[in-house]
Amino acid sequence: MTSANAPSSPSSPAGNGLVKLTRKDFQSKSEVRWCPGCGDYAVLATVQRLLPEIGVARENMVFVSGIGCSSRFPYYMETYGMHTIHGRAPALATGLKVARPDLDVWVITGDGDSLAIGGNHTLHMLRRNPNLKVLLFNNRIYGLTKGQYSPSSEQGKISKSSPMGAIDYPINPLQFALGCQASFVARAVDVDKGLYDVLLKAHQHKGTAYVEILQNCVVFNDGAWFDLRDNKETKGKAQLVLVDKQPMLFDNGSKGIGFDRATMKPFVIDLVAEPARKGEVLIHDETDPAGMMAHVLAGMSYPQFPVPLGVLRRHTRPTYEDMVQAQHQKAAEKGVGDLKKLIYSGDLWDVR
Amino acid sequence: MVSRADTPSSTPTKKPVIETKQSVVIRFAGDSGDGMQLTGTEFTRAVAIAGNDIATFPDYPAEIRAPVGTLAGVSGYQLHFSSENIHTPGDAPDVLVVMNPAALKRSLAELPRGGMIIANSDAFTDQNLAKVGYAANPLEDGSLDGYRLFAVAMEAHCKNALAGLEGVGFKEISRSKNMWALGLMYWLFNRPVDKQLEWLTDKFKKSPAILEANLRVFKAGYAFGDTVELFHETYQVESAPMEAGTYRNVMGNQMTALGLATAAVKAGVPMFFGAYPITPASDVLHNIAKFKSYGVTTFQAEDEIAAICSAIGAAFGGVLGVTVTSGPGFALKLEAMGLAVMMELPLVIIDVQRAGPSTGLPTKTEQSDLLQALYGRNGESPLPVLAAQSPVDCFTTAIEAVRMATRYMTPIVVLTDGYIANGAEPWKLPDVEKDIAPIEVKFRTDPNGYQVYARDPQTLARAWVKPGTPKLEHRVGGLEKDFLTGMVSYDNVNHQKMVDVRADKVLRIRQDLPPSVVEGAQDGDLLVIGWGGTYGALKQSVQRMASAGKKIGHLHLRWLNPLPADLERVFARFKKVIVCELNGTSKSGGQLWRHLRAELLVPALYYTKVQGTPFTTAELTAAFEAVLRGEPAPSSLKV
Repeated sequence: MTSANAPSSPSSPAGNGLVKLTRKDFQSKSEVRWCPGCGDYAVLATVQRLLPEIGVARENMVFVSGIGCSSRFPYYMETYGMHTIHGRAPALATGLKVARPDLDVWVITGDGDSLAIGGNHTLHMLRRNPNLKVLLFNNRIYGLTKGQYSPSSEQGKISKSSPMGAIDYPINPLQFALGCQASFVARAVDVDKGLYDVLLKAHQHKGTAYVEILQNCVVFNDGAWFDLRDNKETKGKAQLVLVDKQPMLFDNGSKGIGFDRATMKPFVIDLVAEPARKGEVLIHDETDPAGMMAHVLAGMSYPQFPVPLGVLRRHTRPTYEDMVQAQHQKAAEKGVGDLKKLIYSGDLWDVR
Repeated sequence: MVSRADTPSSTPTKKPVIETKQSVVIRFAGDSGDGMQLTGTEFTRAVAIAGNDIATFPDYPAEIRAPVGTLAGVSGYQLHFSSENIHTPGDAPDVLVVMNPAALKRSLAELPRGGMIIANSDAFTDQNLAKVGYAANPLEDGSLDGYRLFAVAMEAHCKNALAGLEGVGFKEISRSKNMWALGLMYWLFNRPVDKQLEWLTDKFKKSPAILEANLRVFKAGYAFGDTVELFHETYQVESAPMEAGTYRNVMGNQMTALGLATAAVKAGVPMFFGAYPITPASDVLHNIAKFKSYGVTTFQAEDEIAAICSAIGAAFGGVLGVTVTSGPGFALKLEAMGLAVMMELPLVIIDVQRAGPSTGLPTKTEQSDLLQALYGRNGESPLPVLAAQSPVDCFTTAIEAVRMATRYMTPIVVLTDGYIANGAEPWKLPDVEKDIAPIEVKFRTDPNGYQVYARDPQTLARAWVKPGTPKLEHRVGGLEKDFLTGMVSYDNVNHQKMVDVRADKVLRIRQDLPPSVVEGAQDGDLLVIGWGGTYGALKQSVQRMASAGKKIGHLHLRWLNPLPADLERVFARFKKVIVCELNGTSKSGGQLWRHLRAELLVPALYYTKVQGTPFTTAELTAAFEAVLRGEPAPSSLKV
């Protein structure tokens, strides 16, 4: 079995030949049809810039999506791809990955696709941990159906289907993923540079990587992430960029995150006012096997806290397809594929 | 006649007379916890190995353990074994082995007068009698005088047999009475016990105490027959005239699994089997999960939708995608089937039908998913549908489905049903080299001139391309695609062309179908049409009437979509056509009946039944005779 993260074969280190591919080689002939100004363009461009760099032959890449604006993504990628049915991409991708562990499989989904109709498949994909890279485009709205509130919309959201405000309590995708025992959980902003690094790390992770991309729907929910994406005044205060093994600092290093053991609560330390408390700032440890701090981080929201970006949790455990292969190898030790043995078994008798 | 012989005499009496019978139908019936399915399958194995032809009908409640002693909790296993070739588990039992009053009450109406009842008298307590509304003990009040009744205190006998054995308490004694009854049946029907003892020894090799208990009780049951002056005769059923060859006893779900694994080997392509547990289909999953060394990967999905979707994902990856389910699960899979129709990927969907609608009668058989399989998707989404007609035929059908799915690049539905899934019959083992043709599967690797929806001129199938093949990167999906390039297309005329070509492709399967074969009369007064698991009952009924000189023939359809091209010509040879199936309503006709009328404008009659049980030959014969007399076919509902 070849690892999907390693170059697929020595003869084609990247792409269809010996020539290194570029972003252009990943652009399909299909005309991109998202609305002008949609955050999806930025994600597409970032992925197309990333793929030539990851050492996987283009023919070994498959993009699988469900239904929604973001799910048109595979059509725009000059790789193998499947645009499937609403919510089911994790199930199709899991089947594909189990059948073909040698392929590099990416799942493209949205907040409606992954958290509403596909919530169950997302749960089971995360706990099984096949080596899939999942990009959740979270714009907190149903865009393709023209503007109904979604499972991640805030309470009180006025939308076409909630003229008096949504009363559904919103889901926090990363808390959900951590609750499902996801082995890799990260967050990035569609237009920020950090997305590239997060996707690179997601790809390097062996297991299901769940990446929430805070994406802006310019038509039906413009400014959904205004404070941490669009507003230069608040952006620094609203973003906590996580760096592994480094202190959790934000707002140009002027503030840090501490943790009160007595109440089991995080708090903000103003390092300008109290520089002496620098030692209290938490050190981020994304590979901590227990991963309890990831739950704390996933629960932080603006304005009480900055919103953590980057990798919250990265924990290696066996992938689903590797365990399937191990059982196959064990079964094969007893002999492979003897059809006669299969049919001529049990209590037999002869009639002459 | 009532015989009571609770104290076996210690000295053997004179050997009873051995009477040779052509065929015997035994029904084992008891509480769900009494082990009747095990007793039934064990005795089936014994008679099959002895060379009898067999047909079985396990009939059990949906609850794992319904309240003890109630009518709802009765679990039955009917076995028909014969020295002639047989095709049904028998309309009515000759011998009824009942473990409690509820089992007697449920089955007695079907036992003909003069039939034999062997009853576990220990369970005929006041409390158990009251539970099912017996005012007096039927074993004692003379109400069974018309039958040959043998009341035996089985639990007391088990207790005696197990006396002194360590670690055996009341529970074990009570549970072992099925083995005791099995031992008695071995004696009554003159079966050699060696194989059974071997099997028990192997099964319980890890727990010597349980093994000892089982052996003791089984032997005690046998010895009981041998030593008490109770039965005046025992029965011998000679071997059936079976074709020469090696045989084994098989059940339908097991054969579906074997057929799929065989197809994977014959195609030289790995198989991905996605499933979610559902009655009565789970045994296919259980069986095939053992076949990893045959290239089969099983995946127990989180739901029915994930089961089919994972299989579609695998099919895109270039392996054989398979999913198995029953009616309610099939309903959940419909949207994904539409996706497979659109993406034109090979996929096998097996529906082990059960009685619906909704949860219905999960453990009872029915054929009511035909229209769901044919039409149950959004949009114009035709796919091939075929049905297996017997436990052994599940093997052939599974292989045929994989062959056609890959040849025509299409999802395909296989319909079996609870009756053949759990029913057993002897299987003459095929020569794996000569009797099963290889399945030719081609993957395109040539990038020259590749178009996603370019088609093979003969089959209209598009090429199957494995991801990982350089320069053939392409996208498929649920949106309508261009007729040739496979790019997303909203063009109105293109859509109609695609709808047409997807339907034409399914119709092209006709070119591979053999001519329809009518059994019985080749022309004349009445043609009986059936499909699926009703084959045995229809064949037997028609055969008998045809040999008695009636101009009646039987055509059993394997392919429901496409229908064979020669059907109209076959129908024209008969004055009347009657479609018999386990679905529909007595007033509005059956599902195949509707389908045939819609497709062929044939003014067919119908005979339908939805009682969770197979057709009996008696009711079919009565219906056919009525039609031949010019009367309307009677209703299967006994009013």
